[in-house]
Amino acid sequence: MSIDLDVWEIVIGLEVHTELATRTKLFCAAPNEFGGEPNTNIDPLTLGLPGSLPVLNEQAVELAIRVGLALNCTIDRSVFSRKNYFYPDQPTNYQISQFDLPINGEGWLELPSGKVIGIERAHLEEDTGKSTHVGGGGRIHDATYSLVDYNRAGVPLLEIVGRPDLRSGDEARAYVSELRAILVAVGASDGKMEEGSLRVDCNVSVRRHGDAELGTRCEIKNINSLRSLGRAVDYEAERQIDMILAGERIEQQTRHWNEDEGRTLKLRSKEQADDYRYFPEPDLVDLSPSQEWIDRVRADLPILPAARRHRLCEQSGAEIAQAALIVERGLDDLCLAALSFGADPSRTITHAEHNLSDPKAVELDPEMFAKLTNMDAQGTLSSTQTKTVLAELVQLGGDPAAIADTHGFKAMDSGELDAVVDQLIAENPEQWQRFCEGDPKISGFFVGKVMKATQGQADGKVVTGLLTERIPTTAKE
Amino acid sequence: MTAPQESSAAGAAALTIAASVRSGERSALEVVKEHLEVIGQRETEVHAFNLVTTEHALAAATAVDQLVAQGEDPGPLAGVPVAIKDNLCTRGVATTCSSKILEGWVPPYDATVVTRLAAAGAIMVGKTNMDEFAMGSSTENSAFGPTRNPHDLGRVPGGSSGGSAAAVAAGFAPISLGSDTGGSIRQPAALCGVVGVKPTYGTVSRLGLVAFGSSLDQVGPFANSVAEAALVCEVIGGHDPADSTSIPQAFPAVSEHLSDGVAGMRIGLITEMMGEGIAPDVALRIRAAAEALAAAGAEVEEVSVPAVTYGLSAYYLVAPAEASSNLSRYDGVRYGLRVDAPTTGEMMELTRTAGFGDEVKRRIMLGTYALSAGYYDAFYGTALKVRTLIRRDFDQAYERFDALLSPTSPTTAFAFGDKTADPMSMYLNDVCTIATNLAGHPAMSVPYGLGDDGMPVGAQVLAPALGEVAMFRVAAVLEGSLA
Amino acid sequence: MTELTSPDRTDGARITTEEVAKVAKLARLRLTEEELTRFTSQLADVLEHAADLDLLDLEGVEPMARPIPLANVFREDIPGPILNRDEVLAVAPAAEDGFFRVPPVLGESE
Ligand SMILES: [Mg+2]
Ligand SMILES: [Zn+2]
Repeated sequence: MSIDLDVWEIVIGLEVHTELATRTKLFCAAPNEFGGEPNTNIDPLTLGLPGSLPVLNEQAVELAIRVGLALNCTIDRSVFSRKNYFYPDQPTNYQISQFDLPINGEGWLELPSGKVIGIERAHLEEDTGKSTHVGGGGRIHDATYSLVDYNRAGVPLLEIVGRPDLRSGDEARAYVSELRAILVAVGASDGKMEEGSLRVDCNVSVRRHGDAELGTRCEIKNINSLRSLGRAVDYEAERQIDMILAGERIEQQTRHWNEDEGRTLKLRSKEQADDYRYFPEPDLVDLSPSQEWIDRVRADLPILPAARRHRLCEQSGAEIAQAALIVERGLDDLCLAALSFGADPSRTITHAEHNLSDPKAVELDPEMFAKLTNMDAQGTLSSTQTKTVLAELVQLGGDPAAIADTHGFKAMDSGELDAVVDQLIAENPEQWQRFCEGDPKISGFFVGKVMKATQGQADGKVVTGLLTERIPTTAKE
Repeated sequence: MTAPQESSAAGAAALTIAASVRSGERSALEVVKEHLEVIGQRETEVHAFNLVTTEHALAAATAVDQLVAQGEDPGPLAGVPVAIKDNLCTRGVATTCSSKILEGWVPPYDATVVTRLAAAGAIMVGKTNMDEFAMGSSTENSAFGPTRNPHDLGRVPGGSSGGSAAAVAAGFAPISLGSDTGGSIRQPAALCGVVGVKPTYGTVSRLGLVAFGSSLDQVGPFANSVAEAALVCEVIGGHDPADSTSIPQAFPAVSEHLSDGVAGMRIGLITEMMGEGIAPDVALRIRAAAEALAAAGAEVEEVSVPAVTYGLSAYYLVAPAEASSNLSRYDGVRYGLRVDAPTTGEMMELTRTAGFGDEVKRRIMLGTYALSAGYYDAFYGTALKVRTLIRRDFDQAYERFDALLSPTSPTTAFAFGDKTADPMSMYLNDVCTIATNLAGHPAMSVPYGLGDDGMPVGAQVLAPALGEVAMFRVAAVLEGSLA
Repeated sequence: MTELTSPDRTDGARITTEEVAKVAKLARLRLTEEELTRFTSQLADVLEHAADLDLLDLEGVEPMARPIPLANVFREDIPGPILNRDEVLAVAPAAEDGFFRVPPVLGESE
């Protein structure tokens, strides 16, 4: 079954944990490094040794403020608290986090679609270590024992809690991808989901359109990619709708996304609330960033993805979706620079969207790119030739005119092309008949033949135009 | 009753030892050996130590002597033996907190106070016995057996720093370090007849102090005199960037004001600590102390500090709450004791059940309860507000007075087993000292004669935050008035 | 005024054996029947004594979690010394291949 979105509304709120790109941990000078030999990035605090004390990493705070400002949050006086629970990953059996007073309060984020998603808070906390479950095929419940590595313990995390404003798996993906772009842009995170730099917990509930109350939600953990996020949301929404339709009650649960099986599985019931016994961390003092500090961080912020998209649309006439892709590839600066050299706006955007997926494209010389877009627009080169030249320009640099010369590219004159087209129609009457009867697939046959006959010098669109001109009027009716 | 041992070096003050070692008149090795000898004579009956660090002491003394031989100054505490409470981390030397749960653990680092003492030339002779994780007022809660009061082996030395107080009283070391969360330096100092100081919260680093109640804990010295205690405070105190709660300034310069006297000072005798629950012989000695201060030119008056009466209730919610969290790290995973079990959850439970004594379990449960969902506001939250009231009442008193005076302990040293069956009766022993910790203020205990039983009585001098200079001036006058 | 009697109780008891059992479980302590009874009465004594706090007017009083009003204490983001893994693991209760080893973990992490 698939979800009838005319009836059902999916309500999604995401909690994203991002590891902050500091050199050291949140409360001690042990290195913040991914990977490496187990238990090598450890010091007394990392292991929770008796007598060890936390001292806050200033850079982690600065990065948190950067993210907060980028998410339009209020930056508030904040307090660290202890969240108490026993687990071997957690060296002190409490996590230092922010509870009632987070550093970043209310804010918002704008999706490429223009929709605004509320941010409830973005608070600082420490990461846990990692357990490997040995035996039983790595499954926690069948393991014969577990091995604990504290390298990750104490790494600074920013937990970004979004409002339940998302309405589909696609929107949830767009939100995470936008958030990731912002985190990377402000230098807060490397954004690597596969290394756990970005971890997404997803709250999903469903309700019928028009319902005022939110449905009972389930929290889904272990989502390790944007693709899984979309799949997990869809699976979970469908599961909940099925239950409601079957007259069952949704239980508030924490569920685990199983990538291999493509489904969510119950981890535990959340109906009896966890008792974390939060209280103010007595080993730390208040955090109250000065206005001067906040202003300085704000002044240093780079232009953010949403603003870059808007800027590109305004200056090039690109659609928002095109701009989103181009900004994501980091090619907006190139496009804008090319435009300043008089590039053809529409060709600039088309090439950035379709022909510049190579990461090296950001290094393109904007002046040469501009020149190429004009050769393309003016018909000096066919679109196939343009692509060839562009690819070479990305790889080797140079002048597009010179590259075109070395390939012997020149636009065919229309008389030559007319002759080729007429000859092909004569040689392939059966196919021509089908073209005239409006079979769309057959146009490719002719374009391909023309390309072959002209060694790619012809422009496909021009060929289609010539073919269409030749359809007898009777056949068009 | 046995009098503290008098012997050549062991009877001499730390200041004299340091002066003679610095001048090359005596060797640190000789001083240390003499103290080790005294320890050898009486440690079996007193049991002040969990560990006597003989080899470490001899090596450190030799190093001090080498510095002197090279013409370098080994520091203001050169060659002075010091006993360290066993909840202060010592690199390479077992630190147990008198608990089975830390079995086998050797800290890979020194507490800041230990580093600073060593840098000043002091020589650690041992790790002292204590109530397990500093929870207690008699040192009877040690997993390794109690310490005995050197003045009467049938009585407790007080606690939780009972070993450190007894070590100084017995002449094992002229100075020692303790920690004070609710009176754990001052009360044993009073019961053992020595000076004990709980400095302003934040003036002495807590790095390397095994946490009990983090917002209350403070390290401080024991000594036979006010001047020695003052010097130790100056050596161990002052800003430590490794402790976020450390005040960024030097320890108040107390030594240079010890002879300033109290003429013109205003001193308040706390009404609430002079009535019900205070033994008459103790109250009598404190009135004598008040008179001595008046005779020295201070204006002495009774003052009411009403909120201090709520200190006990607030303390026994705040301290256990913090302790319940601080002690959750002892779980058998990374260090210390482990009792094996089929799952990690059971392993943690069995380890903690076997590793902690009853008093620690009681406080962990009390603190867990005070913080748990639905009870936080009623218990922990309320206690934090009461803390504000206590501080406010003290602040009001300090608008009129430079220092306050009270007994340190409601009674002199009691007999073993007297209060162990009823935890509440033991907790009531902290009634005079607890409010200070809740306020974060300094206070110290100075011996002020003997009770009817011939056991020492301590006078407690209290001061506002960073008011150590006034506090030490009063203490010095009290000390002098007995001579 | 704050009522120190546990909120959902009508009999006035300040702590019950059920609550002590629950708290012991939260704190990872295992109690015998005898201990459960004894600790319950001892904890009730302490909480009974704390009833004096019920008499205080705490309206508008700010809680004081820390005694010294410091703020903004930071450390520079510069790597410092780390512990020697082999020395740490040598005194650990159980270790394997550079890891701390524990019995199987039931339940799941946060
Ligand atoms: Mg969360
Ligand atoms: Zn979190």
